[in-house]
Amino acid sequence: MIKTEEIVKGVLTGDRRSIAKAITIIENNEPQAKDIIASIYPHTGKAHVIGLTGPGGSGKSTLIEKIVREYRQKGKTVGVIAVDPTSPFTGGAFLGDRIRMQELSTDPGVFIRSMATRNYSGGIAKATNDAVKVLDASAKDVVIVETVGAGQSEVEIIKVAQTIVVIHAPGLGDDIQAIKAGLMEIADIFVVNKADRENAEKAVIDIQAMLQLNNKEKSWQIPIIKTVALTGEGVPQLIEKLEEHREFLEKEKLLQKALLKAEVELVDAIKDKVAQSILEELKSKGKFEELIEKILKREIDAASAAEKLLREMLKKA
Amino acid sequence: MQKKIRVLIAKPGLDSHDRGAKVVARALRDAGMEVIYTGLRQTPEQIVEAALQEDVDVIGLSILSGAHKTLFPKIMQLLKEKGLTDILVFAGGIIPEEDVPELKKIGIKEIFGPGTPTEKIIQCIQDYCSKRA
Amino acid sequence: MKSTGRGPIRKYLYFNTIYLTYTRSMWRQNETMFDKEKIREIGKQRERWENTTLPNWISQFPERQKEFRNHSGMLIKRVYTPEDVEEMNYMRDLGFPGEYPFTRGLHATMYRGRLWTMRMFAGYGTAEDTNRRFKYLLSEGETGLSTAFDYPTIMGYDSDHSMAKGEVGVCGVAISSLQDMEVLFDGIPLDKVTTSMTINGPASILLAMYIAVGDKQGVRREKLGGTTQNDNLKEFFAQKLCIFPPEPSLKLSTDIIEYCARHLPKWNPISISGYHIREAGATALQELAFTLYDGIAYIESTLKRGLKVDEFAPRLSFFFASHNDFFEEIAKFRAARRLWARIMKERFHAKNPRSMWMRMHVQTSGCTLTAQQPLNNIVRTTIQALAAVLGGTQSLHTNSFDEALCLPTEEAVRVALRTQQIIACESGVTNTVDPLAGSYYVEALTNEMEEKAMEYIQKIDDVGGVIAAIEKGFFQREIANSAYRYQCEIEEKKRIIVGLNEYTIDEKCPIELLRIDPKVEEEQVARLQKLKRERDNRKVKEALEKLHYAAQKDENLMPTIIEAVKAYATLGEITDVLRKVYGEYKELILI
Repeated sequence: MIKTEEIVKGVLTGDRRSIAKAITIIENNEPQAKDIIASIYPHTGKAHVIGLTGPGGSGKSTLIEKIVREYRQKGKTVGVIAVDPTSPFTGGAFLGDRIRMQELSTDPGVFIRSMATRNYSGGIAKATNDAVKVLDASAKDVVIVETVGAGQSEVEIIKVAQTIVVIHAPGLGDDIQAIKAGLMEIADIFVVNKADRENAEKAVIDIQAMLQLNNKEKSWQIPIIKTVALTGEGVPQLIEKLEEHREFLEKEKLLQKALLKAEVELVDAIKDKVAQSILEELKSKGKFEELIEKILKREIDAASAAEKLLREMLKKA
Repeated sequence: MQKKIRVLIAKPGLDSHDRGAKVVARALRDAGMEVIYTGLRQTPEQIVEAALQEDVDVIGLSILSGAHKTLFPKIMQLLKEKGLTDILVFAGGIIPEEDVPELKKIGIKEIFGPGTPTEKIIQCIQDYCSKRA
Repeated sequence: MKSTGRGPIRKYLYFNTIYLTYTRSMWRQNETMFDKEKIREIGKQRERWENTTLPNWISQFPERQKEFRNHSGMLIKRVYTPEDVEEMNYMRDLGFPGEYPFTRGLHATMYRGRLWTMRMFAGYGTAEDTNRRFKYLLSEGETGLSTAFDYPTIMGYDSDHSMAKGEVGVCGVAISSLQDMEVLFDGIPLDKVTTSMTINGPASILLAMYIAVGDKQGVRREKLGGTTQNDNLKEFFAQKLCIFPPEPSLKLSTDIIEYCARHLPKWNPISISGYHIREAGATALQELAFTLYDGIAYIESTLKRGLKVDEFAPRLSFFFASHNDFFEEIAKFRAARRLWARIMKERFHAKNPRSMWMRMHVQTSGCTLTAQQPLNNIVRTTIQALAAVLGGTQSLHTNSFDEALCLPTEEAVRVALRTQQIIACESGVTNTVDPLAGSYYVEALTNEMEEKAMEYIQKIDDVGGVIAAIEKGFFQREIANSAYRYQCEIEEKKRIIVGLNEYTIDEKCPIELLRIDPKVEEEQVARLQKLKRERDNRKVKEALEKLHYAAQKDENLMPTIIEAVKAYATLGEITDVLRKVYGEYKELILI
């Protein structure tokens, strides 16, 4: 086992092995994880964290590869976290996003990590937020998070990213209706990929129409960028908008978003810790299994069981 | 604690036969592992970097073109240079039996040739990882 | 560049289905071969048999499995009777050999007149090595050449490219320039042999080189005979040797079809392939359906260039696998011929009967061969070859028994060739045309293959055509699922592979293998570098610039590629020009 101090030192100096190890430790929720996060946290907050979401087949990974290349041309270092779903039946996962970016593996200014959701819902993994912190602390200028890609419930990304890019591609079957209301709300930038296709213009017009209806943040005009990920067309314009949004955040919203983010993080952390310690105690006393038995025998339902437990525990406290 | 076995399945060189690699990847996923597939036409450098960044426990190399005699030693050498010597490396594809001793000498733990049941590969990986834990 | 729409195919299938159903029902009473009453009587007797003789026997000797299915998942009955083909109309469904719908064979006399071409896939090492193997096979009685290129060549890399390290000449012949091609065919007169070249992405370049060699030998271009595989569509979901994205790849394939229609009347510009689809894990049914669909796509693409269908369709050819399920394969070949004839006639309104011919080359299956007890593979290859012959193939390659271990040795390839020769000369199956016609089983299976293939074609059409299906991963998903299912069946012993999961022995590799000398790469690289020094590099530069310009203007690239090749521009240099214009392809992965 590598010492925490070594890992932290490595992360802060950009040592790839340490970055990789740190993310693994955090993903597995190993005892060292807490200390690592605590140590690197003061060094975070500098990277521009971009979330990329959209349905499968929209060309996310291809687009990210081009985005990374564009940033690299500008001399920026980039971290990428690509998330794929864990199978609820087997607990395993096929992490296939890296394929599109494999050529970038050997670029020292790029770090790519694939993560499985491990059955966390919302399009990212629970550990994604902390993995982003690691990349941030390792002085990456930009961190891109690519979500699972169901395109419908991908809203957890707002807990992680500062700029949310929603990708759509014409001809995916459902057209704009595929972008459910939730995504429309959280998008900061829209991308219509495969813009050389027939219905690309229609897609742009449809998104514009929906934006008129949903326009809440009037201070940031949500742009719609047309791209052809295969050739890289439109990517420089996308980068421009990403930079613009970053500046916008710094001037106006960054603090507010950061505040919101911190709140959410703290509440989540508390929930986690509380649940963890209660469950630990219940399991150690065998109460947990007792209740499971009762639930299976239909003697009590889960919600009532939980209430009963909590009342008992709080009475004791 | 949710520890998962992470496996990199790689196709070094120009060989494009990926049926086996994909069947193995799927079998490992169905056995509860997290499988990262590199895609076709990987250089040794790309494979080793991916293994490092993904912090994998296992690397599976699939090659049917006969170029293993050049590519495998390069991969093992790079792994050594990067300090990634505790990764289990296995190989599959068309690798003549007479080449196996040489490959094992450079650190490839097992060669799973044509006809190997996926269960055997899964067992080998699980044994290795539980011993290491 | 726009994606292909699905309108035309859908309309065709819609009307065709209506038409066929209507005409079938109208004529059913008058045009079937069988007497309805007699069929009913047989049915009654079958029921009697099922209630008496059969259960008596089964009670003592239960069947080996609950149900029997072939690889495509079709249920195989215990016994087939005229009931299973009661709708059959001989002239409509079978006809006579050499006549529409060609189910029984493309030619009137088939093997009684001319045997299939024995064309053994060969290639390894340098051009000299393969030239030697070519001459060996010709001397042992093969009747056509077939070239295997090494990976760098296939992927458009010269032998001195960094990606070529360790791969030069290792699983095919290394061809980096016209100079290598000249050595490859040294002493082989191109007006006396036909040559098949298994090449896709850089097919235009290899064809240009072949033409240039022919020119040098003084052979008129109209006499050049052979095939370029040139089926870029299947690369995207089967063989995976794609260089450029789908649309430019289709364009390059169509360039060759168009060029050959105008200038190389004896050349088969394309070998629309199902072999690789099958080897990647597809079932026989998927192989049939996907291949036919690719064929439809190529025809549409060429029609868009302004050619009439009869101008180029007669030279389209097909390439299938032959696997172990004997009757399934035979049914597949016959169904393929009939289906293609119908598609050509009814959908594309071909008038020339030759446009309706599905000329096929078959290769026995590689993935069914085992590394364990390799001599058993001779038996497998024989069964597969026999199925291809009974299926009426025009050309056949038989795999060598050491295929799962290495490239074939001379001895192994000779046995494979002899397999064909023994079938041809000793088995008697070539003495009549389509001997299995009329078998209730074979005809029922042929009908079912055709029907289910049409359903698949409709499904692909619904997805939006071939390019859309590729991008959405339709083929990839189907193939990956079939491949995984196959593996599970083997591991669960639901499917027995002799020597692998049953009847195994403890063995060390019992046979001698062909190894490629690492010096091959050194020699090849040295030769290439010498060429680059000694050629007229100014001419090369001009030719490449001309090619770049033509590619940007979307012209047919064959003439400019021929020029470049004659200036001794290398394969890699030419491919790099095209890479710049078209981009490189990154595959969609589905397991």
